Amino acid sequence: MSDDLSRTISGIEDEARARVAAATTLDELDALKTELLGRKSQLVALRQRLGSLDPDERRIAGKALNAAFETVSALLADRRAALEAEARRARLEAERLDLTEVLPGPGVGHLHLVTQAIAELEDLFVGMGYTVAEGPEVETDWHNFGALNFPEGHPARDMYDTLYVDYGKPGSTLLRTHTSPVQVRVMTSGPPPYYTVIPGRVFRSDTADATHVPVFHQIEGLVVDRDITLADLAGTIDAFTKAYFGGDFTSRLRPSYFPFTEPSAEFDIQRPDGTWLELGGCGMVHPNVLANCGLDPEEWQGFAFGFGIDRLAAARHGVADLRDLFTNDIRFLSQF
Amino acid sequence: MKVLLSWLRDFAPIEGDPDELGEQLSDLGLAVEGMERLGEGLDGVVVARVLATRPHPNADKIQLVDVDAGDGEALQIACGAFNMKPGDLVPLATIGTTLPNGMEIGRRKMRGEWSNGMLCAPDEVGLGGDHSGILILPPDLEVGAPFAEAMGLAADVLYDLEVNPNRPDAMSVAGVARDLAARLGVPFTLPEPAVDEVPGERIRDVSVDILDPDLCGRFSARVIRGVTVGESDPAVARRLTLLGMRPINNVVDASNYVMLELGQPNHAYDLARVAGPGFRVRRARAGETIVTLDRVERTLTTDDLLICDAEDVPVGIAGIMGGADSEIGPETTDVLVEVAWFLPLAIAKTSRRLKLRSDASARFEKGCDPEIVELAHRRLAELLAPTGARLEAGLVDARGELPGREPVRVRTARINKLLGTDLDRDRVAALLEPIGFAPTPAGDHDLDVTVPSWRYDSSTEIDVVEEVARMYGYTKIGRRVPRSADAGHLTPRQHERRRLRALLVGRGLAEAMPMPFLAPGDLERAGLPGDGLTISNPLVAEESVLRTSLLPGLVKAVATNAARRNTGVALFEIGHVFRRPAPNGEEPPLPDEREMLGVALAGREAPEAVHTWRAVEETLDLAGVQVRNGPVPGLHPTRSAELVGPGGEAVGALGEIDPAVLEAHGIGERVAWLEVDLDEVARLPRTGRVYRPISVYPSSDIDLAFEVDDGVPATDIEATLREAAGDRLASLRLFDVYRGAGIAEGRRSLAYSLRLEALDHTLTDDEVAEIRRRAVEAVERAHPATLRG
Repeated sequence: MSDDLSRTISGIEDEARARVAAATTLDELDALKTELLGRKSQLVALRQRLGSLDPDERRIAGKALNAAFETVSALLADRRAALEAEARRARLEAERLDLTEVLPGPGVGHLHLVTQAIAELEDLFVGMGYTVAEGPEVETDWHNFGALNFPEGHPARDMYDTLYVDYGKPGSTLLRTHTSPVQVRVMTSGPPPYYTVIPGRVFRSDTADATHVPVFHQIEGLVVDRDITLADLAGTIDAFTKAYFGGDFTSRLRPSYFPFTEPSAEFDIQRPDGTWLELGGCGMVHPNVLANCGLDPEEWQGFAFGFGIDRLAAARHGVADLRDLFTNDIRFLSQF
Repeated sequence: MKVLLSWLRDFAPIEGDPDELGEQLSDLGLAVEGMERLGEGLDGVVVARVLATRPHPNADKIQLVDVDAGDGEALQIACGAFNMKPGDLVPLATIGTTLPNGMEIGRRKMRGEWSNGMLCAPDEVGLGGDHSGILILPPDLEVGAPFAEAMGLAADVLYDLEVNPNRPDAMSVAGVARDLAARLGVPFTLPEPAVDEVPGERIRDVSVDILDPDLCGRFSARVIRGVTVGESDPAVARRLTLLGMRPINNVVDASNYVMLELGQPNHAYDLARVAGPGFRVRRARAGETIVTLDRVERTLTTDDLLICDAEDVPVGIAGIMGGADSEIGPETTDVLVEVAWFLPLAIAKTSRRLKLRSDASARFEKGCDPEIVELAHRRLAELLAPTGARLEAGLVDARGELPGREPVRVRTARINKLLGTDLDRDRVAALLEPIGFAPTPAGDHDLDVTVPSWRYDSSTEIDVVEEVARMYGYTKIGRRVPRSADAGHLTPRQHERRRLRALLVGRGLAEAMPMPFLAPGDLERAGLPGDGLTISNPLVAEESVLRTSLLPGLVKAVATNAARRNTGVALFEIGHVFRRPAPNGEEPPLPDEREMLGVALAGREAPEAVHTWRAVEETLDLAGVQVRNGPVPGLHPTRSAELVGPGGEAVGALGEIDPAVLEAHGIGERVAWLEVDLDEVARLPRTGRVYRPISVYPSSDIDLAFEVDDGVPATDIEATLREAAGDRLASLRLFDVYRGAGIAEGRRSLAYSLRLEALDHTLTDDEVAEIRRRAVEAVERAHPATLRG
């Protein structure tokens, strides 16, 4: 290869090195690529002249030219990579965010405290094989009292401060005072066995204060099968107590009176510190109630239990005044 | 019912730690609501006599009381109670005393006046929770004597028991003693009163005529002669005071004492003031009146039972309260005593209707012991004997209808099957006998049990089973957890309700729980018809109407928040509403009660309600519910729509709350509103979420903008496009609504994007063009609409 050609090639390479390094944009680089390697480039012109050389010269010069092509291509590629990296860096820098200066978003909503408690209790009993039953809040006197073995005028009715609704015959329609009328609806809607819990809203004519509200919520359990005993009731109450309050809580039954159960009991739970909390009422479903619902008390027997939910839910979260549950102040609702 | 441990011991040798005895009482079903250990921590409290009361010169709520603490000197006490008068005896905590509640008494100035001690309320000296006034002591106590000693409080326990309606026997000290003795296994005895009778004279003249034997099962009268009305024996007065009754005079006190001890109410009349002398027991005539002992005139009905004198003048409402005219007075010498048994249900009814409850009615309505009549007469006479009173021989004893006492067959196997126990017949008998249930063997395994006369409530096998359980001890019953053969589960509706709540909470809403009660006018204020059902006996007028919609309650909740500077609240509620059924044919047994979802979005406009509805629709998988523009009561007249099901069902409404309603509630922001009838929703068809395969071939989009008359709902255009595009339509989206330049007045541009695809190939340009042509043609043919160029 002539020294001339060799010098020319290294001159081209040197110039390309300088110009590639001077390119500051990708567009500039693209134009430079066309100029340095394209059809009208010096290197292509040199390659076209190779044919006039003798074979030995041609082989040597061709090799040198190929090397020059590769060198220039590599220069362009390196520069392209550098420019792209710089462009990406600049773009990302322009997108920089301070994630501590974000305005509040829509936020999450909140289930009512009582709804949360009901769902938790439902799930607990569903886990024990129960279904969940519901019924109307405005009830007939028969469902709320009569079928539940409260005779007309019986003093036991005084245990409930009943609100009556102007509908039908006077005294025939009322706001249910407990969830127990749903027991009657369950037992008259299909054959036993029943393993059912009944959550719901109940009503009493009560002046609202920190510990009383005229509208509150109960959950009630009803189990009727062939061999359900008082021991099943005591065991169920205890299993529930441990699941809901904790394994170190215990429970006891004390004799009591409800017209729709006999034997009847109150159930108390004992906290780990030894103190007792009266929770609710329970008992064996009274034979008259079974009979009123069309069941043979000699064939079917069972238990029922019930307790208030609002106080439990309020106590769990340190809410001292039950009225707060129903004021609907967003500052209350959004805490749960 | 309060009982004193020392009084219980009059009937049985009850020993043991007071706390443990309390536990036993609770386990017997006599829940201990309070327990006071009397006579402890009362050193320094003395009996003092009130000499004078004077206003405090610098305070209205305190007065100055001069008392004699035993030295005859006037001692000035500043006192916040006003229930004492000169001459009364009161407990005085002297300087240096530490009361049972820990309060230390020192000499101190109150508003500039010295107080040299403190007068005590019942709760401060361990006599129950009453703090309404100073304890007024029986008048016979020695002034200056230590209070505990004078009141006989040494080493005694006062239990306050909760007595259930099925325990008439436990409305007496003796009855509680019987239960406790049975549990402790110690003998119980009702002592026979020691009374010397004198030959009857006056009793021979006394007539008793029961005209309504269905309401009065027994009515007996005896005469006690030679009574000197005065103060009671201090021991009697003390026990009455401790059990919560104020001593009045020896005759009234003895009557009350017998009632507390034996559970048998009785009435002492001044014989000289009973015309006849004699009684007629009859139903009242409608509108008949009587002035009762409390000086209130009572108007009666034919359901009420009256005690009248022989001239048919009412002298008392049977079993509830005596009349004012035949009261014992200071001049009374001969007393005519009535001991009777009335039908419990009748007493309960009258007592409730008159809102008149007395210690007597509380016992009669549970059912007294008709066999205790003789004992009650004699016990009363025994108590009055020390004053020189003498019981006349002879008893007038009229009978009406008393409950039957046929033995009850009790099956041992039934007991065990209900209680989960393994008791044999002898054990059952041994549990029942001490409380007076008399068992005799029947067959090989069972018992015939005669229920005692003091257990009116108990008459069937299950009643006796309960007694067995009670005496056996509920705490000894085993524990077992029954298992349902079926898996526990929620119903689809219950799952849907939970999904709905989760959706709304996920959208940032808070669940509210307004009361379902409204005040009169609330419905109208919310723009709704004022046709809510009403409560016949509301406690307050503000809670006398039942809601017909969730709107009034949630608007109030928004208003409450707005008034507390909480604007922009997003609330929802799932709750019941109550409506009068549509009048067609026979009235159903209950009103039309429905479960509704209500959503109130303060600071948001109607489209936000539409977004919420669409989310509900998708979550509940509903098909075919239409949003139909039109006025809805309570909502913004031009920003409201009804939700209409495929069969025309009224599923709900949405839009914004009527500005007039917002103004009436003082709400200064717009409120988007959605209400959905979940009972209707439950009946609606669902899409069923059947899987629609996803195409692997590229889809094509076509955008179409139509100029449409304002009167045509966008959903109508959408329905036509869907129909025309057919099964190649993968999705359809309204992406722009435009009114203004270039669009005719009364029209708007609706721009839709249709994505088309096929499952088995890439749609050709010709296919896409054909669908486009069909869609445009269908819309232009069916509606006053033109494609925009």
